[in-house]
Amino acid sequence: MIRFAVSATYMALIYAFIFLPVYVLVLFSFQDGRFPIPPFKGFSLRWHQAVLSDGHLMAALGHSFVVAVLSSAVSLLLGFLAARGLAHARLRGAGVARGLITAPLSVSYLVIGLGLLASFNLANVPLSLMTVTLGHVVINAPLCFAICASAMGAPQLAAERAARDLGAGEIRVMALVTAPMILPALVAAFLLSMTFSWDEFIIAFLLSRFDVTLPVELWSLLRSGLNPKTNAIGSLVFLVSAFAVLAAELALRRRA
Amino acid sequence: MSRALGIEARDRRRAMLLTAPALVWTLVFFVLPFALMAAISLWQATATGMIRTWSLDNYTAFFTRPAYLGAALNSIEITVTVTVLSVLLAYPMAWIIAEEVPRRYQRLALTLAVIPFWTSYIVRSYAWSLVLSRKGVVNDWLAGWGLPLLDLANSRAAVVIGFTHFFTMLLVLTIYASLVQLPPNLRRAAADLGAGPVAIFRHVVLPLTLPGVMVGAFLTFALCIGDYVTPQILGGGKDLALPQLVMLQVGRRADLPMASALSIVLMALVTLAYLAMARWMKEPGK
Repeated sequence: MIRFAVSATYMALIYAFIFLPVYVLVLFSFQDGRFPIPPFKGFSLRWHQAVLSDGHLMAALGHSFVVAVLSSAVSLLLGFLAARGLAHARLRGAGVARGLITAPLSVSYLVIGLGLLASFNLANVPLSLMTVTLGHVVINAPLCFAICASAMGAPQLAAERAARDLGAGEIRVMALVTAPMILPALVAAFLLSMTFSWDEFIIAFLLSRFDVTLPVELWSLLRSGLNPKTNAIGSLVFLVSAFAVLAAELALRRRA
Repeated sequence: MSRALGIEARDRRRAMLLTAPALVWTLVFFVLPFALMAAISLWQATATGMIRTWSLDNYTAFFTRPAYLGAALNSIEITVTVTVLSVLLAYPMAWIIAEEVPRRYQRLALTLAVIPFWTSYIVRSYAWSLVLSRKGVVNDWLAGWGLPLLDLANSRAAVVIGFTHFFTMLLVLTIYASLVQLPPNLRRAAADLGAGPVAIFRHVVLPLTLPGVMVGAFLTFALCIGDYVTPQILGGGKDLALPQLVMLQVGRRADLPMASALSIVLMALVTLAYLAMARWMKEPGK
């Protein structure tokens, strides 16, 4: 009984610690006043309205969405093809290739962003949303590769061989056999990539110029100090990410 | 026979063709930029750009200027504190979820424990600055109970709290994963041999889950020491961390060579931590 009480108390304290910032963030996004600090003066939707009518924020939201979808699509394509290539043949150097493709996962985003910035500077490539997208593919392709690779196994190999024996070409085998068989993993990889890109700040900050993504716009919003409007946009961003993660989790669980 | 060989060769060619796009992408946009950065770290910044004279001056500057070396030390201090705190907070939580929570609610308990993990990390740091600000929620409660107020915002403490929050969630996940992998037989055997709960934990559970904890701790170290956002938002501009110093070179000082050199130092620190962990894992008896 004592043991249960101690455990329950500890759990409650950790949950409180974990949820405290989210609670404060969301609660004070409804603050009927100019400051997102106590006391809570009452329920108001004006900050959420302010977010929705802010042109810069909405433009950044659109940019973030485009960058997330584009970079995730390219990442998934690269990752899927490579995972399939490496899953089904005993290539010499397959281990090296695997290591190389997943290497960006172990390097800090700051270093990846800085390396790309230096390269673009030297090659006179102007910074834009395209360069941001490119940077996000660098961090997300290894993730998609890892997820796809872990989903591929003997059943796919057998089904693919059967399809090939029946005369299907390579592209048809991939599109009509492999992809449908590991669809949950593909969906999960895409959604996870989306969330990572959607949230990513430092690469987007270093590699963008005029058009910026939402986290970069948020960053400049922070300079104005504590503001319920920042709470409102933060709550909305959280909602989108949580939804995507939940969808990815459901996609993966259906496989199990 | 020749037909089989032909198929195998075709298989291999196809595999290479499929892997090539990702490999080329990695080489062009990851390996090459990194090599370039390593080269730039040996160049010098000028008023207008860079000159390509090769020297170790930037690295010498790192070791001789107190502000630079100090930033590295700040980063190490913050990161080690955060890693230790997060492990200490997360282990009991993971333990309770794995042992005390009924099996069918475990997944829910875990999911709940990591939901805020998915808030944008800028927003998460901002939320902590709200919580800890002078007139924020924490001080509001303290005042309500008649306790002395805390001046937590814009300090190293705020940075540590913000980081610890994030990494506690991460570590609950990884430690839980290594706890549920433990075969229950081992504990039953230890109990049959007369070990009490404390002895079982010390001599059976802890040693067997320690490798998982170490991997999580390394992940925490690597992510924490490379983060710019949390110290920038919560640190109040005092005692800069290494990534802040890097960004200072990129922005205000437009010194890409120094920024590159400092990034290499950052990577070296992560590599050292990795080697330390790998060596610890290899030690006999682990």
